[in-house]
Amino acid sequence: MNAGDTSTPKLSVREATKVYLTASGDLLALDRCSLDVGANEIVSVVGPSGCGKTTLLWSMSGLHELTSGEIRLDGNKITGPHPDIGIVFQEANLLPWRNLDANINFPFEIKGEKPDQEWIAHLLERVGLEGFGGKFPRELSGGMQQRAAIVRALSLKPSVLLMDEPFGALDTFTRDEMNRLVEEIWLDRPTTIVFITHSIEEAIFLSDRVIVLSPRPGRVAREYSVPFPRPRSLEIMATKEVFDLTHSIKTDIVGKRASGAAPARQIAESV
Amino acid sequence: MSGSDAIPEFHKTGHADGQDVSLTNLSAFSSGPGIKSGRELAAIVAVAVLVIGGIELALRLFNVPHYIMPPPSAIVAALFTEFPLIMPHLGHTLVELLAGFAIGATIGLVMAAVITQFPFAEKIVAPYILLLVTTPMLALVPLLILRFGFGYTPRIIAVALAAGPMVMINAATGFRRVDSAKIALARSYGASTLQIFWKIRAPMALPMILVGLMIGAIFGLLTAVGAEMVGGGFGLGNRLTTYSSMIQMPQFFAVVLILSILGILIYIFFFFVGKKWASWEV
Repeated sequence: MNAGDTSTPKLSVREATKVYLTASGDLLALDRCSLDVGANEIVSVVGPSGCGKTTLLWSMSGLHELTSGEIRLDGNKITGPHPDIGIVFQEANLLPWRNLDANINFPFEIKGEKPDQEWIAHLLERVGLEGFGGKFPRELSGGMQQRAAIVRALSLKPSVLLMDEPFGALDTFTRDEMNRLVEEIWLDRPTTIVFITHSIEEAIFLSDRVIVLSPRPGRVAREYSVPFPRPRSLEIMATKEVFDLTHSIKTDIVGKRASGAAPARQIAESV
Repeated sequence: MSGSDAIPEFHKTGHADGQDVSLTNLSAFSSGPGIKSGRELAAIVAVAVLVIGGIELALRLFNVPHYIMPPPSAIVAALFTEFPLIMPHLGHTLVELLAGFAIGATIGLVMAAVITQFPFAEKIVAPYILLLVTTPMLALVPLLILRFGFGYTPRIIAVALAAGPMVMINAATGFRRVDSAKIALARSYGASTLQIFWKIRAPMALPMILVGLMIGAIFGLLTAVGAEMVGGGFGLGNRLTTYSSMIQMPQFFAVVLILSILGILIYIFFFFVGKKWASWEV
């Protein structure tokens, strides 16, 4: 199942550089960051907070324009939001004034298309949300809200799914459950997934490759491949290989931080 | 474009929904979960009877003349006997209020929606809006009467001038509440500026818009009655001056009572509209 070895990568980031203009001066968030993601590959991006992970993902999604460099999807340069890219945001980012059904229909409303009810019903069942369509976000738990957000992102059948620290606000057990759910969904219908997280465990469990970004300005510091077969079990997560991998990634992140390269104050934690 | 992107920021759990601004939070009704038991109801009624009865008793005991302060029973009696005479005036006041409010609120809403899209224009216009909000529009009524006579026109204009800025300033606060993650969500599906306005900004602003409409309506009522007191032979404000000049205090207070009820009805109306359409904030 391990894809990503095709000649043209699904997503290709080349020398991506992003400068934010802030009141306190220019902020270099990404500095000549380059990486490839193969078709149907799951790649996690980890790194110290403020290292530009979210900036990288927002640039991949076409929501942010790069200052220089480029990002290509199937060889075509991304210049704006692309229908083939689905995004799962930090926290669920559901619209609180809409019930679950209306939230999931939101993308179709914007596009002026008829929702694919059969596919949506299948997704809702897959994530265990059937029968909750009339509930408002405030009536759902954090995990359920994020499930709904995943359904919303997948409802348009994107070939790329970008996930921006989607489970950061959830407790450990819910997070594990959500990780298994992402794997199940992927096994069900393989998709290219870029997953931003600061949980190394989550990154290893989900990914074919883990990419470590350096402290801001973000660049690819190191890359690990995670060769375990899927579906992955809790037993695999308890092996020495995983332990060594976790330790090595942690050393990459913490060690670099301790060397004093990171600014003392993180201006925007989520960048 | 590249440099103008904002650093993506996310609301931390919970406070994205600005509970501080919701109409239902302003409400005296929502301070508790409603009347729960017969005992609570009995207590509320008992206190009301005690207060009103106490006033009645005190006024009679100390023999306070009616032209200084009529007892509650006389006011209620006057309300019923005089109501056929007062009703047409109530109708006039309502016409002025509804027409002026509709005009003022519409202009206020449109201006708020437009101005908040252009931060630079907003800075230029802000002082004038503040001037309109803080100046009592009643002050203009003599001038308006001079120009437009004693009919509906000057009063409707005054009500619109009083309500419009109130609606605008509150609605603008609502429209300024941007949640970059929600706008990004809409943009990620290729939403146009207009779609972002109607599907994200407007619903997010709705609770503040309702607050603005309520305050605008109350200010409109004040201004309508005030304008009626300045000149013209009709309207509840005119009744107030007429009855007081004739020292018919029970009738005078009956009109005051009608005005209080009008104000409370405005409040209750927007309270329930808020509960129905903006309750997601609570």
